[in-house]
Amino acid sequence: MFNAYRFPLVQLDNLRQEVERLFDDFGWRGLRAPLRGARPYPPLNIWDERDALRVEAEVPGLRQEDLEVFALGDKLTVKGHWRPQEGEKQVYQRQERPTGEFSRVITLPVDVDAEKVEAQLKDGVLTVRLPKAESAKPRKIAVRAV
Amino acid sequence: MTQEKALEKRPTGSIAPEQTYGGRVFVPPVDIVEREDELLLLADMPGVRPDDVDIDYGNGMLTIHGKVSPRQDPAQTNYLLEEYAVGDFHRRFEIGESVDAGGIAAELRDGVLAVRLPKVQEILPRKIAVKGG
Repeated sequence: MFNAYRFPLVQLDNLRQEVERLFDDFGWRGLRAPLRGARPYPPLNIWDERDALRVEAEVPGLRQEDLEVFALGDKLTVKGHWRPQEGEKQVYQRQERPTGEFSRVITLPVDVDAEKVEAQLKDGVLTVRLPKAESAKPRKIAVRAV
Repeated sequence: MTQEKALEKRPTGSIAPEQTYGGRVFVPPVDIVEREDELLLLADMPGVRPDDVDIDYGNGMLTIHGKVSPRQDPAQTNYLLEEYAVGDFHRRFEIGESVDAGGIAAELRDGVLAVRLPKVQEILPRKIAVKGG
């Protein structure tokens, strides 16, 4: 669980999640009841594609205009806004889907080339491709036989 | 101070359908909005394409199932952070007699399934005109 070697991105903001997961593992779900006004943010998957990093987030219901993605150096920021369902004379019988705004800053393990970052949104899944900065790309070293 | 919390996908428990294939199944979070003439059910199913959703109504039960194809091969992917897994979505609802089952309609947009359940006409509130004498 605290294998920081496999998860080099584990930052302070993730530490709390790790602690929550620890509680979950022990079945102490009551300890993690969200506080009032808790704002949920979508979970992320990040993987390394050698020349680029790929970030994926499930953001159902968000449209292009509801999302903002910023990249600078080794920081990626994802902001979004879930709009409430419009309609008059309506009552929520059940409300499990997230609402409101979220903003999340992720520290990447390498610098990325912010100019070449591309993001796309399809069927509620956001995918961001972040090409690594030239200095961060893996180089093949020729081995000389002597 | 604002406390933020990661959204978590809930894996299905005993209500999971019989599995005929490998892979995980998740319970989509839903909103149910009651309006004057209908119930609107919204279910978050990111990654499900409109062709890959099944809605079934029978014996007073509404079943929704969204099929999600893996987007990466986890065995071949070098994850740096893995906060969620990808899999199908499945959930079942008991539908009361106040719903006109024949009029149920659904659409999927941006990974959100919207199912409209019209109320039976007889139970709609009606304004009774009061005649003057």
